[in-house]
Amino acid sequence: MIRLEPRAAPSKLMAMLSPLIAILLTLIAGALLFALLGQDPVEALRVYFLSPFDDAYMRAEVLVKAIPLALMGAGLAVCFRANVWNIGAAGQFTLGAIGAGAAALFIPAESPFAMLAVPLIAGALCGMAWAAIPAALRTRLSVNEILVSLMLTYVAALLLDWLVRGPWRNPRGFGFPQTNAFPEWAHVPLLVEGTRLHVGAFLAVAAAAGLWLMMSRTLRGLRLRVTGAAPRAARFAGFSAAGDVWFVLLLSGGLAGLAGALEATSIVGRLQPEIGAQAGFTAIIVAFLGRLNPLGALLGALVLAVSAIGGENAQILLRLPKNVAGVFQGMLLFFLLACDSLIAYRPRLVARRRA
Amino acid sequence: MTADPSPPSFSSAVSARRPLFEARGIVKRYGSFTANDHVDLTILPGERHALLGENGAGKSTFVKMIYGALQPTEGEFFWEGEPLRLSGPAEARRLGIGMAFQHFSVFEGLSALENVALALPPEPLAALDRRVREVSGDYGLPVDPSKPVHALSVGERQRVELLRCLLQNPRLLILDEPTSVLTPQEAETLFRALEKLSAEGCAILYISHRLEEVRALCSRATILRRGKVTAEVDPRATTARALAEAMVGAEILDVKRPSGDQPRGEEILQVERLSLPADGPFGVALKEISFSLRGGEILGVAGVAGEGQNEFMDALTGERRAPEAGMIRIAGVPAGRLDPTGRRRLGAAFAPEERNGHGAVGDAPLSEALFLTRRHEAGAMGAGGWLSRFWAAGETRRIRERFDVRAAGDDPPARSLSGGNLQKFLMGREIVRAPKLLIAAQPGWGVDAGAAAAIQSALRALADQGAAVLVVSQDLDEIFALADRIAVISRGRLSEAYPAVGMTPERVGLLMGAGHSSPEAAA
Amino acid sequence: MEAFVAAMIVAATPLLFAALGELVAERSGVLNLGVEGMMLVGAVCAFIVAKSTGSTAAGALAGAGAGLAMAALFALVALGFSANQAAAGLALTIFGGGLSGLLGRDYVGVPLPKPGPLFPASWAEAIPYGKAIFGHDAMVYLALASAVGIWWFLARARGGLKLRAAGDNAESGHALGLPVLRIRFLAVLFGGAMAGLGGAYLSLAYTPMWGEGMTAGRGWIALALVVFAGWRVGWVAAGAVLFAAVTQLQFYAQGWGWRAPSQFWAAAPYLATILALALLAGRRTAGSAPAALGRIFRPSS
Repeated sequence: MIRLEPRAAPSKLMAMLSPLIAILLTLIAGALLFALLGQDPVEALRVYFLSPFDDAYMRAEVLVKAIPLALMGAGLAVCFRANVWNIGAAGQFTLGAIGAGAAALFIPAESPFAMLAVPLIAGALCGMAWAAIPAALRTRLSVNEILVSLMLTYVAALLLDWLVRGPWRNPRGFGFPQTNAFPEWAHVPLLVEGTRLHVGAFLAVAAAAGLWLMMSRTLRGLRLRVTGAAPRAARFAGFSAAGDVWFVLLLSGGLAGLAGALEATSIVGRLQPEIGAQAGFTAIIVAFLGRLNPLGALLGALVLAVSAIGGENAQILLRLPKNVAGVFQGMLLFFLLACDSLIAYRPRLVARRRA
Repeated sequence: MTADPSPPSFSSAVSARRPLFEARGIVKRYGSFTANDHVDLTILPGERHALLGENGAGKSTFVKMIYGALQPTEGEFFWEGEPLRLSGPAEARRLGIGMAFQHFSVFEGLSALENVALALPPEPLAALDRRVREVSGDYGLPVDPSKPVHALSVGERQRVELLRCLLQNPRLLILDEPTSVLTPQEAETLFRALEKLSAEGCAILYISHRLEEVRALCSRATILRRGKVTAEVDPRATTARALAEAMVGAEILDVKRPSGDQPRGEEILQVERLSLPADGPFGVALKEISFSLRGGEILGVAGVAGEGQNEFMDALTGERRAPEAGMIRIAGVPAGRLDPTGRRRLGAAFAPEERNGHGAVGDAPLSEALFLTRRHEAGAMGAGGWLSRFWAAGETRRIRERFDVRAAGDDPPARSLSGGNLQKFLMGREIVRAPKLLIAAQPGWGVDAGAAAAIQSALRALADQGAAVLVVSQDLDEIFALADRIAVISRGRLSEAYPAVGMTPERVGLLMGAGHSSPEAAA
Repeated sequence: MEAFVAAMIVAATPLLFAALGELVAERSGVLNLGVEGMMLVGAVCAFIVAKSTGSTAAGALAGAGAGLAMAALFALVALGFSANQAAAGLALTIFGGGLSGLLGRDYVGVPLPKPGPLFPASWAEAIPYGKAIFGHDAMVYLALASAVGIWWFLARARGGLKLRAAGDNAESGHALGLPVLRIRFLAVLFGGAMAGLGGAYLSLAYTPMWGEGMTAGRGWIALALVVFAGWRVGWVAAGAVLFAAVTQLQFYAQGWGWRAPSQFWAAAPYLATILALALLAGRRTAGSAPAALGRIFRPSS
């Protein structure tokens, strides 16, 4: 049997290799899954992971998908590093979309506030407000932030549902539950004509780079890392734990809100019940795949965006159900966690001891 | 013993009876580190045998193998002459090997009775309850079986662990540093119980680094140093100095005893009627602690574990705030409501007992540990919270050179350093600042003799330069080696501080146990 | 009102199954956040087997088995590979959401007959509120029986004592020779089977049909139930009934003339969970978490 023995120091090599091994294992398991579903595994994997690179439009779509994943993944990476488990990014994303929608729908075109930055900032603030609820409950009453942030994603989805079916509904929308289309000034400019790639890509890269610098070079990053790794050492150093919880929840909530606002003002252009908030859960995997490092999250977002576009292609080309994506993501995280244990432990083959 | 390569001076008496237990050539390796290097040991039925050695000599590793909790890399055990291969502690218990651990293996969330039941074959709890009360009466180890363990004192918890062993009718009982958490009086009670037990035929393997205890209790001692057996002697017929030399080798150092008439500077730390409620169900409340500390002196605060030392440290460092600012004054400034950084700015420095995870982050490089306590110094940070790597690298180098911190690489993670080297680094981190006040918990805990001596002389030198030093320790030897004055913490109260010159371990022990009468009454 | 009480008991059943299972796992020291995923896979497998065999019992069994298999996956990663339990639980939820949708894609909207009541109808008519007491199918009573059984096991049985010991202090347990990892493994598997049963009840009896994501956060509510019940069986049962009452509001509130958008009533269980967590958090009497909960343990050798 195989035993895990603790290593004297964490293996730097395994820390680099682990995500790659996990992706490889996911591909192998995926091939098996496709074979079980009666597909040619090679063809299915090609559609899943290579077809997104087939033409320029598809490549741009990968980047489009990666933008919200990177924004949220980078925020969650910082959050998880500090050992704060915000798993409600999907809810904060939804609130971001609602906040952006409110600004876009209700600010008149002649107002001096009728400029794109306003809905984006409104979205970020709404995401922060939503994340402030678990932050307040955790710091004031030590209520577990996992459950609260998750519960709030359901509440956010129902709030959006109510808004687009009720007070904000477009009366001339032919019965569809949706708002009016946003005015022209509230549309995110495109980066490449003929694609949907928008300037949000810059924001995602800037956020990831900025957070990486913060984590590795500043006192704020140091204290977040210390708080996450050794809470007693953080207290000894005089870092306030409550301050850290507020900081990371507002940060990740704000980035998720910004992602939601970008999504609403670029891809969708209005509010409707389905605005892609599911990405908030995918972002958890992005953060882990990126080694809880904001720059890594950028790479992780690209990997998951490829598989998301590949999944859409597979739905059309191979009639594979869209749920395969969830299976893939779950497997990827499982493999990643298993491989990560090899950073701290050395696997060794040993003879089974007699009982 | 023919298998024994080193000449044990008292083996002739041994060979008369058949040994109960025997270890031959036991080796235990962890990677490249050898914890036990060809250890031989023989235990006779009913004898009280000591296993002596410093912290880190490999004693705990060795006895865990006897108990089946670890497996040896090489070598063999024999039980009544038959080869012994243990699959685990359960099998050891079936054979009649019982063990009481240094860090008790009790379950705080369960009752004392449930704790005992877990180690025994199934039997109705009502019947077991009667047996527990019976045995605890017989051996003078009173415990209420129905109480949850977290509501028991440290001494009572140890009794739970002992009762658990005794109810299994052991033939060999292993005790790992059992008195480290006991007052001298509680230790006496324990010794009476152990003497009764061995008179009934149960052999006892007694692990300790305290020479006096071993000389009082045991008839034979095996001495370990750095994983090897260095001697096997009759402790009653051997001087303490000879035993100590076998334990620590040639490194034995006479630490300069403080003269008692140190020049006193001005008051640097004043604590006045400091009270703090217990933090959670397992904590200890601090009650009306008052003392003051002048520059140039070292105050030693003695006390067994769990009497409020951790809470005392937390209150002094600022990890928990005092209810009122005036309760703690540092250099005359009310500091009770300040956080640790605020207190450091006033010239205080702290060194907690736990190095990994409290004084430093295990996986983080040494240079980062500097920012935990010294980021307010000039040059440590740029504008906007930017950390200066240049400053950190320079300081790291300076500390490592001055305090002889040995480790691989320029900036290794704290976890990779040995206990002594990490402690030297963390002490150095505070001492190179030349603080006005240094508060250290258990500075010599888990540290090799050489490093312990270096740390002690560094603390003394700091005091001689005019700083006030406070040392909280469970190790009386350390207290007596360092302190000018000695106070005792017990149940969250601090005794008056008495000049070290007039104190003896016995008087400290009385202060530990019986609340706080005056030393005249204690003497 | 009788109908409301009866509906409340029915709605409490899946929560009770899932929360009891999680309670056992957490008392052994393992935090499994994957309840939602295990429930979903349990629900879909139960539905498929019940549909193809025509037997509710076979369906329920399949649901339990599926939940157990999912829990085994979690246990392998979280216990076998010592991974972070929170992350492994999230992986399980994501994986379960995808897998259940994949397995059930041909079964969406397919009808299934509701299982009949366990006791003869005459019993239910004999006394007031008889329908709320005797009018349910066998799984409702199984949930109640398992609550009693688990209470007995944890409080009285030796196995329960060992399980609590593993959740209190793994290192001590190991030093004493308890097979800590094995105990935790079994507790997690049991928790998975119970979550699977909870899911099965949703798709076999509560709805009864399969719909993607049909658990709608019940797995998470079950996790919250364990927390604010203070890890005690009786309080979990009481909490499950209370929450079931809140989930039923969306069907009854309109009828009672309580005016609010339907989305508000649908959000009520989630809001009530947050509220309950906040209200009970300050009260230290509410019992305490197993000391070793969520901590990684690797036996030394």
